[in-house]
Amino acid sequence: MSDTTATAGLQGQVKWGRVRQSRRVSDKVLRVFATASTMVAVFVLFWILGMLIWKGGQGISLDLFTKITPGPGTAGGGLLNAIVGSIVLTFLGIAIATPIGVMAGTYLAEYGKGSRLADLVRFINDILLSAPSILIGLFVYVILVMPFRGYSGWAGSVALAIIALPVIVRTTEDMLRLVPNSLREAGAALGAPTSVVIRQISWRAAKAGIVTGILLALARIAGETAPLLFTALNNSFWFNWNLTGGISNLPVTIYAFASAPYDNWQQLAWAGALLITGAILALSIGARSLLNRK
Amino acid sequence: MVAVYERSYQNATKVTRKANPFGFDPIFAALSKAAAITVLVLLAGIMASMIYGGWPAFREFGLGFLTGTQWDTMNDRYGGLPAIIGTLSTALIAMMIGVPLSLGTAIYLTQLAPAWFKRPVGTAVELLAAVPSIIYGMWGLFVFVPLFAAYFQVPVSQVVEGMPILGTILYARSPSGLGILSAGIILAFMIVPFIASLTRDMLDQIPTVLRESAYGIGCTTWEVVRHVLLPQAGVSIVGAIMLGLGRALGETMAVTFVIGNANRLSASIMDPGSTIASRIASEFNEALGMQMNALIGLGCVLFFVTFVVLVIARILVSRVKQY
Repeated sequence: MSDTTATAGLQGQVKWGRVRQSRRVSDKVLRVFATASTMVAVFVLFWILGMLIWKGGQGISLDLFTKITPGPGTAGGGLLNAIVGSIVLTFLGIAIATPIGVMAGTYLAEYGKGSRLADLVRFINDILLSAPSILIGLFVYVILVMPFRGYSGWAGSVALAIIALPVIVRTTEDMLRLVPNSLREAGAALGAPTSVVIRQISWRAAKAGIVTGILLALARIAGETAPLLFTALNNSFWFNWNLTGGISNLPVTIYAFASAPYDNWQQLAWAGALLITGAILALSIGARSLLNRK
Repeated sequence: MVAVYERSYQNATKVTRKANPFGFDPIFAALSKAAAITVLVLLAGIMASMIYGGWPAFREFGLGFLTGTQWDTMNDRYGGLPAIIGTLSTALIAMMIGVPLSLGTAIYLTQLAPAWFKRPVGTAVELLAAVPSIIYGMWGLFVFVPLFAAYFQVPVSQVVEGMPILGTILYARSPSGLGILSAGIILAFMIVPFIASLTRDMLDQIPTVLRESAYGIGCTTWEVVRHVLLPQAGVSIVGAIMLGLGRALGETMAVTFVIGNANRLSASIMDPGSTIASRIASEFNEALGMQMNALIGLGCVLFFVTFVVLVIARILVSRVKQY
């Protein structure tokens, strides 16, 4: 009985021809492959997050936020100076990049329609967006560290600003382009000059989007390590507000501590990695929900 | 009477001009233009500083800087070939593994996933792209590398030992897990979310009508992808892949953790090596004199390679069809 159905099935397939079978197989292969690759990507995300929470979670304690980084062979210690240094560097970087980025994005969207300059700036900005961050570190080293003979917090935040800038330019332009022209025309009809139309109408209408761009830029630079290696460097002392010396910061501390032979250093590196990833993912999710709410 | 009117009119204009609160207008326009030009200045500055910093090395070693295999800090002889080959081979491995995975993910997200599932999975993929590269490096070094050494390097080395070609390419002299192949695999994981979310956006731009009409005449998913989606978005997908390549070429921290930072050239992809970026990251702070110039010179090479890749990528991406 089962034999006959099997033969019938086979005959059926032969009767329908090889084409149908191959179509079915190619479709199946694609579906399985696409699903599997998505599973791999999602699996890697959860693997990384799980590992961070498992290894870094053990290091989360009050000491982490109240003590400074320990010297070699010293027990205990925390990441206070690195956390403060990272926050200062990141926000300083954003503070430098935001005005320039928003103005440049405004130029591209409002003034430069169809102009050659705007096309060129847009193109170069897109290239800067994906330029290797280590080269930006080298660039800042050549222009700011070499002439002034010393690593400095300023150099570090300038390097971060250069990485944040293209992100802000791009999102500002995209968001301003979504503002309907009739709004601008209404403003112009009331006699407002271009700059007032831009500030009072375009910027207001695109506010949520521009803020999203700044948050995304913040998320982008918060974990950047390579450009800080040769600019802000690191130190293991209490953070000093004088930004002319090397400044301790989380990414470089993690890099230095992760492969160090001391257990407490490694533990701190994992805790720092958990902090930084948590902050970045929270920023990215916050930025996305801000954009979707509108 | 007329004269008085005229006068008052003239005065009025004068007054409005004086009290014109909008004199800011040209300044604002100039400021925004200056900000836009800053972007150009930055890229030109990066290019100029790389050439300036690397010039002594180029002058000293000439073409030998690109083809020399010695990286000798004792005698100040620097040849960048191992790092250049390391950069290209890790990027190539990353593309070979990463491109199929990212296209598969993009196809799943746009064609196969049930509607309620698209948002969370799409967000997860985008979050994976936001994870900083140093975290990938730590994950690679402490989690992936030991597993890779135990379950891939050791068995594969045993199998291929003594074989003609495979025995050279895949044989690990010291199976530590560190090496070109591990770096390439970590890079692949890093570029998958990047290429996948770009490709997904491009596939989403294709009008649903095109897709539905193909399904309507009985096409399978494979046929829709092969004969409708790829011809529509093919060029810009290649652009997205090249953007991923640009990222893989310049990626630093993750690679520095897992590549082993060896200065010699090895025929096996299981052996430690170095890339331009990892070489700069691990040596720059201790470098003096000619060594520093040589490192910036390597940075200059990296800059021009990624620049060309990114220019081609952007041209291809911008050629996406408008509807």
